[in-house]
Amino acid sequence: MRRKDRMRNQVALGLAISALAFGASAEPDDDRLVVNGEIEMVTETAAPEHMEGVKTIYSGWRFRSDETQAFQIDDFDNPSMIWVETAQEVWETPEGAADKSCSSCHEGVESMAGIKAVYPKWSDAAGKVVTLEQQVNNCREERMEAEAWKYDGGDMTNMIALLASVSRGMPVNVAIDGPAQSTWEQGKDIYYTRFGQLEMSCANCHEDNYGNMIRADHLSQGQINGFPTYRLKNTKLNAVHARFKGCVRDTRAETFKPGSPEFVALELYVASRGNGLSVEGPSVRN
Amino acid sequence: MASGVKPRVKVPKTASAGETIEIKTLISHTMESGQRKDSDGNVIPRSIINRFTAEFNGQNVIDVTLEPAISTNPYFQFEAIVPETGEFLFKWYDDDGSVYEETKAVTVS
Repeated sequence: MRRKDRMRNQVALGLAISALAFGASAEPDDDRLVVNGEIEMVTETAAPEHMEGVKTIYSGWRFRSDETQAFQIDDFDNPSMIWVETAQEVWETPEGAADKSCSSCHEGVESMAGIKAVYPKWSDAAGKVVTLEQQVNNCREERMEAEAWKYDGGDMTNMIALLASVSRGMPVNVAIDGPAQSTWEQGKDIYYTRFGQLEMSCANCHEDNYGNMIRADHLSQGQINGFPTYRLKNTKLNAVHARFKGCVRDTRAETFKPGSPEFVALELYVASRGNGLSVEGPSVRN
Repeated sequence: MASGVKPRVKVPKTASAGETIEIKTLISHTMESGQRKDSDGNVIPRSIINRFTAEFNGQNVIDVTLEPAISTNPYFQFEAIVPETGEFLFKWYDDDGSVYEETKAVTVS
């Protein structure tokens, strides 16, 4: 068993002891992730400097069972790839009044390699931090003169999965300084704020208790390097803001909306906690 | 009828004579069971892949009958022995009469 490398508060320590007592530890395993026999993923690395409570960061893949992990090792077995293929067709299909497709400006989707790794990022044009989803919708409205997609709808999530797939293996590297800093700090505030009737913050589970069981499931560090994520529980691709919403809802709180400034800030902060891990999306999780 | 149907197959390009190889197949298909109703209460007609076959150089390898309970995007993984260089032919039979085909060549060295 791997030794926990972080400080716990007393409540969390109590949970850990009870977890040990029941033999229900759920530490990250030691498996290596190589996709299609060629894309070597970094699933464990030193935590970025800004993180105080965690020394080592792990991809959520390491917390999953061997069977679930196997889904992601080969693209043929990864159910997400059906939607990636759908998005590939959309990429080349002209739409909107300007009769343009994504490829009219960007050519092959391979030209977008590395993009997913640095979003959300500051946009001078928008004067704020924007997510990849907002950038896609910006392209659709401004350049294609097409209707914006629903923020966490299927079309959008497929497209983000396609964009993520061409960045796989590259290290997540979102900028948290400069103009993005205030948004990043807002995200950090949200991460450590207790929400809902259960009064739980993101950190209560994903920092204080990763590696423990939450009911029948393994708590991971809540990294988002693998998004969009195909989840076995709902057999579809899940967008990161939809996942945030699910987590906040589970604290019995009124949630923020997907695409809201709060979730954009939170996404930037959570992404920065995974700086150094590989882009894995579209990944497969429980 | 069924739209967005696309077969996919993964077969090793090369093998040694008599080797057992692993074959993975997937077809994107809604597999509408015929049991569901739309918002107006009308039954949504059944539309599934009802049969899947694979043959190698004309010899049958596998022949599967699919029933409505099989979920969306049916996936089959099976093994086959390849005695010689040749071609796999995969066929999916749709309720609407369409037959989707895919071929994969294997070179035996």
